[in-house]
Amino acid sequence: MSKISRRRFLAASVAGGAAITLAPTKKALAATFEGYSEGMGVLVDLTRCVGCRSCEAACNKEQKLPTPDLPFDDPAVFDQTFHGGTQKRRTTEKAYTVVNRYEPKDGSQPVYRKIQCNHCNEPACLTSCFVNAYTKTREGAVVYNSKVCVGCRNCMVACPFNVPAYSYSSAFNPMIKKCIFCHETRLKQGLPPACVAGCPQEALTFGHRNSLIKIARERMRHQPGRYIDHIYGEKEVGGTAWIYLSAVPFEEVGFDTTLQKEPILSNVKDFLSTVPMVLAIWPALFSGFHLLAKHKENHAGDDHQNIDEEAHK
Amino acid sequence: MATNQTHSKPSLFQLVLLVAALLLVTVVTVPAAEAPDTITLNVLAELYEPVVFDHAMHADVAECAICHHQTTGQPEAGSRCVRCHSGNETNASVACRDCHVAEPFSADYMRSKEVDSERYHIDMPGLKGAYHLSCLGCHTEMGAPTGCQECHARTAAGDETFRADAQAPTGGNSH
Ligand code: SF4
Ligand code: SF4
Repeated sequence: MSKISRRRFLAASVAGGAAITLAPTKKALAATFEGYSEGMGVLVDLTRCVGCRSCEAACNKEQKLPTPDLPFDDPAVFDQTFHGGTQKRRTTEKAYTVVNRYEPKDGSQPVYRKIQCNHCNEPACLTSCFVNAYTKTREGAVVYNSKVCVGCRNCMVACPFNVPAYSYSSAFNPMIKKCIFCHETRLKQGLPPACVAGCPQEALTFGHRNSLIKIARERMRHQPGRYIDHIYGEKEVGGTAWIYLSAVPFEEVGFDTTLQKEPILSNVKDFLSTVPMVLAIWPALFSGFHLLAKHKENHAGDDHQNIDEEAHK
Repeated sequence: MATNQTHSKPSLFQLVLLVAALLLVTVVTVPAAEAPDTITLNVLAELYEPVVFDHAMHADVAECAICHHQTTGQPEAGSRCVRCHSGNETNASVACRDCHVAEPFSADYMRSKEVDSERYHIDMPGLKGAYHLSCLGCHTEMGAPTGCQECHARTAAGDETFRADAQAPTGGNSH
């Protein structure tokens, strides 16, 4: 909740500023790049997912992540909500992927949805990172170099899917953490990601993104009426490597269906140009907020005293 | 009665037990024109114990074609399969593994699919997917067991992967 509004706030204020400072010449160019043709992807079929969380367990093991609070076979996690019940589980530094449960409006069977980095064709995190920590690899993965990450968290703000998580565990090694498509350990060796290999239902289909789009259409054609007529991620924010099929409207299962078709690149490019400015004023802004809060506190406590003082005058 | 033998390769990647599990495939020899009473399914034998599938019982309660497509029994009316597969050699393969490969996402298999531009079956699930989609789909509809461990007990390696061997949970609702 807080992050979404912060992102919107920044995007809005930046867009306002950028309109004045930048001519929109780069935008047309940006929209033509559609990712590497050889890039891999995953087709997630929500109608097949049964919420077994084998994918979460496999990811935890593959990425050597810490022991979770609850074991991966405990369904209690599906009832967890945060921020006053408005938000389901999200990816964290300790869990690069999470599966959430949704109750569709028509009262049918619950729907499970796996969340992880969508590995955009044109990643907003990459463009927003001013130390160039991110890379979109030929294989389609969006990876990052934690050695150069300075922990500024621009990517967290820029990501339209709220995926990168910040590692608070180490104060000396600030670091963003997210799903890396198992790039080093599996993708590069021609192996499917660990979560895909672990899924019993083949709810996750691994392949070239181009082929996956054909397969998705094939599924819709073969089973008319099973799916809603949309492949989420085919066009959203310029296309993502992980794409989705669903039987229920995407907005009912936690997808943001208001995203633009164009890559966020163009906005972020503008955003990027203001980063030095933002960074420069950041401390000032925060000390401003801090003083403001302090002032209010003091003021509240001081009321009586003030009145007394005034009465003495 | 079928004879079962297991081809198992050593697990090369300790970290990727799930994929290693895919390599474990049971070969079931079905005597011609005679259905096996039980079939041992070993696909997930790394994280789960093998499943001894009661084929005879399932053959009693379901039409053969529900699982075997056009290869066994009476295909359902309007079946797409018979348009191409009426009496050709694929009808002789009744075992799931004859068409549904154990490693649907191996580089070799994906390449073989992509170089064959005439290929019709571009979306055939792998063996593990075919089993679960079929079994679990029907079990859900029929009110039969659907819990993972109701069909296959987890091994120690499985417990470890699911972190079910970890310390008592500390309650998770902290964020
Ligand atoms: S691709 Fe790898 S890192 Fe990403 S969610 Fe799957 S297992 Fe985890
Ligand atoms: S392993 Fe597959 S079926 Fe199980 S929760 Fe993950 S995506 Fe869904």
